Amino acid sequence: MRAGILLFPGINRERDMVLAVRQSFGTEPRIVWHKETDLTGLDLVIIPGGFSFGDYLRCGAMAAQSPVMRAVRDHAERGGYVLGVCNGFQILTETGLLPGALLRNAGLRFLSMDTMLKVERNDTVFTAKYAKGEVFRAPMAHGDGNYTADEATLDRLEGEGLVAFRYHDENRNGSARAIAGVYSPNLRVLGLMPHPEDLVDPLMGGTDGKPLFDSLAAA
Amino acid sequence: MKPVDEKLAKSFGLNAGEYAKVLEIMGRVPSFTELGIFSVMWSEHCSYKSSRVWLKELPTKAPWVIHGPGENAGVIDIGEGMAAIFKMESHNHPSFIEPYQGAATGVGGILRDVFTMGARPIANLNALRFGDPKLPVTKRVVDGVVRGIGGYGNCVGVPTVGGEVNFHPAYNGNPLVNAMTVGIAAQDKIFLSAAAGIGNPVVYVGSKTGRDGIHGATMASTEFDASSEEKRPTVQVGDPFTEKLLIEACLELMQTDAIVAIQDMGAAGLTSSSVEMAGKGGVGIELTLDNVPQRETGMSAYEMMLSESQERMLLVLKPERSEMARKIIEKWDLDYAIIGHITDTGRIVITHKGVVEADIPLAPLSDEAPLYRRPYVEAPKPEPLGPISSDMSLEAALLKLIACPDLCSRRWIFDQYDSTVGGQTVKRPAESDAAIVRLEGTNRALAITTDCTPRYCVADPEQGGAQAVAEAWRNITATGAKPLAVTDNMNFGNPEKPEIMGQFAGAIKGMAAACIALDFPVVSGNVSLYNETEGKGILPTPAIGAVGVLEDAALARGIAIAPGQDLVLIGATYGELGCSLYLREICGLETGAPPLVDLAAERANGDFVREQILQGNVAACHDLSDGGLLVAVTEMALAGNTGADLTQADTTPAFGFGEDQARYVLAVEDAEPLLTAAFAAGIPAQKIGHTTIDECLTLPGGVAISLSVLREANEGFFPAWFA
Repeated sequence: MRAGILLFPGINRERDMVLAVRQSFGTEPRIVWHKETDLTGLDLVIIPGGFSFGDYLRCGAMAAQSPVMRAVRDHAERGGYVLGVCNGFQILTETGLLPGALLRNAGLRFLSMDTMLKVERNDTVFTAKYAKGEVFRAPMAHGDGNYTADEATLDRLEGEGLVAFRYHDENRNGSARAIAGVYSPNLRVLGLMPHPEDLVDPLMGGTDGKPLFDSLAAA
Repeated sequence: MKPVDEKLAKSFGLNAGEYAKVLEIMGRVPSFTELGIFSVMWSEHCSYKSSRVWLKELPTKAPWVIHGPGENAGVIDIGEGMAAIFKMESHNHPSFIEPYQGAATGVGGILRDVFTMGARPIANLNALRFGDPKLPVTKRVVDGVVRGIGGYGNCVGVPTVGGEVNFHPAYNGNPLVNAMTVGIAAQDKIFLSAAAGIGNPVVYVGSKTGRDGIHGATMASTEFDASSEEKRPTVQVGDPFTEKLLIEACLELMQTDAIVAIQDMGAAGLTSSSVEMAGKGGVGIELTLDNVPQRETGMSAYEMMLSESQERMLLVLKPERSEMARKIIEKWDLDYAIIGHITDTGRIVITHKGVVEADIPLAPLSDEAPLYRRPYVEAPKPEPLGPISSDMSLEAALLKLIACPDLCSRRWIFDQYDSTVGGQTVKRPAESDAAIVRLEGTNRALAITTDCTPRYCVADPEQGGAQAVAEAWRNITATGAKPLAVTDNMNFGNPEKPEIMGQFAGAIKGMAAACIALDFPVVSGNVSLYNETEGKGILPTPAIGAVGVLEDAALARGIAIAPGQDLVLIGATYGELGCSLYLREICGLETGAPPLVDLAAERANGDFVREQILQGNVAACHDLSDGGLLVAVTEMALAGNTGADLTQADTTPAFGFGEDQARYVLAVEDAEPLLTAAFAAGIPAQKIGHTTIDECLTLPGGVAISLSVLREANEGFFPAWFA
């Protein structure tokens, strides 16, 4: 699997993502500047976390208008894989590649701590190396992770099995139905708020996030 | 525009003698802009005029020091061809006036001091002192400062990994915000600020210049009074997104050979950066302000030269590389403008709209800057603490202590700071005595801490200064790392008062002795004076930031204990309760002498502990400081969610809560070999207990408290305060 990592001005977790991909894939990901438009040869497009364009408008709203996102949309339409983490998840909802929106955290404060995520299904390219119902640890670090959608959309997501992860210990940011991550209908686009890429090395406190990247590497 | 005279000079912060010297240097009445330049360059903040004679007493050299004080930040050799570049800097005055922006721009400023030298910032820390938590204003300041630090640090993507927080009424009107950044560079890719190359272009990069922060450096050099609120316009506004772009753009440009010299525009903005770059290089500089990117219309030369708009850098480039440099800077959507060139005149010449607004010889501007050996009186030595008594049980005292604002968990604060971005954080806040951050692509890690105990410093500035250095050294040692060097952030009151200068001189004396004894040179620093409101000064606060190195990050020890371990106390315990938190919180007294700092014992005990850790004999280690032994063991138990049994230990409060220095608690599989090794090395050591599988802490004498009760007490304060 050939991976590319998108770089928008203000993205700041691309280095973490490079390390996680390098470790599981055994190859170097391509860094894609947001003004590029050619994603040819990439199987997986990753949008990492950070504060694209400072998040001065709605989080992810500016990045969604960058030239590269048209190419990402085409990539997704062709059935390509897309992973968006944190700001990357916000960019995917702003682009319309995933439903819903991420609002300010319920307590109106930035939240940086480990959270426990429950794997809703393990028959996707992202979660094959986890067990169904497995609970794993992932650091979160965001001010706007409060997942929201209208009731009909939430019902549809649940009904179609498109909820990827739920907060298992505590729903600190106030997300609807404790949703931490969602899939596109074809299960090839995943967005989530916490950072599995920051827990892939025992030295940093654990490897709970590694199976996600191992799953992709094996796909 | 007002006429330039002694009265105007006074309003700019220059006294009569200083203004007379300006007249002498210029040989004429200076222009309004020239007076502005003199006044900011000669402000306490930029010139260190009251502190310089004392700062010279600090040791600054060691074989591993690459650049000591005098550059934007200190640079040390950390092995494998890498350098750590670091500094701590205060943003106290702005943080009281406007806490969010004051703290945010403090973080931004110290980041620039580090990346301007070619380093990628890898860690932020902050040392914070606030007033009485019972006051509503304290709550407002704490909230704003914490949000500001998080708002800036989280956005730029540099992990905030540590720091410290104290409360004391002496900070009611003058909170302290001391921000520290550590960065990493290749030793052969370090960038300095000395300008060179006659005719080379002077290039402005970053945000546009506005009217914000004009005379900020002067504000930071005066006391506060009732009109301080009016100074709000002198506080700058931070833009962490632009800072992030600036970091990436500068680091990308630094991969080329385009840069001759580079400096950030910090305090006193364009003035200090251009004056210092040309001054250090022994050249002249000519600026045409019409070319400065401006955010507002109609700005005067004076306003542009004194603006402290954030996120700006000044560069001297090789002319043949300037086009390539422009492309890199503009790729990151930043302004790039050639605003002048280097000359051989030894003068700074400022032109605006065809008029020469300033023409000042650089050498006297720096060489003849005022230097004061201000009168001082040594602080009287405190009376030793007499007998004290309290009928409070160990159990009740411990629960009260671990819940008090100075000792309670800081989780509410650090949960608002991104501590993992970068993927290299080995030990997160509260997991170890010093933060541990790995150097990407290597097995090495840095250990980083900030320390100061102001209540010791006010009682005995010399002992307090020594203790601050010793505690920083101990915190690094307790992780297994080798302490390398120090950055100091000297926060004091009005230096024109002899007793304040006495505190400053005493603290320096103690710090110097400790730095020498511990091979721990000072490589950078910052001085913040006039921390007074309505004539009342802060506690003297020489905050120490320190960096150490671990060759193998996997050897780093945290404080968490686990079942099946013995607990051993290293270091001698005399039961010193003078100036202790037990005395203040339980007995209601702030008296006595602070604990003795025995630097020889500090060195010997620390070297022994580090050796034991590096040999793999130690499972967990925690230094003893605020609150003493029982507080330390409680923190170890809560971190590991593991009980401990101290039944057989000494039952006196002096043993349980004394703050004797040079001590550590080590958790080891078996105490015996450690005690034998300590005996052989002549290091005081005693087994004080062992860990357990039941979730409670059993105190000396046998009373047990469950971990959940301890945790509730320890975690309660901040969430309840901000509920």
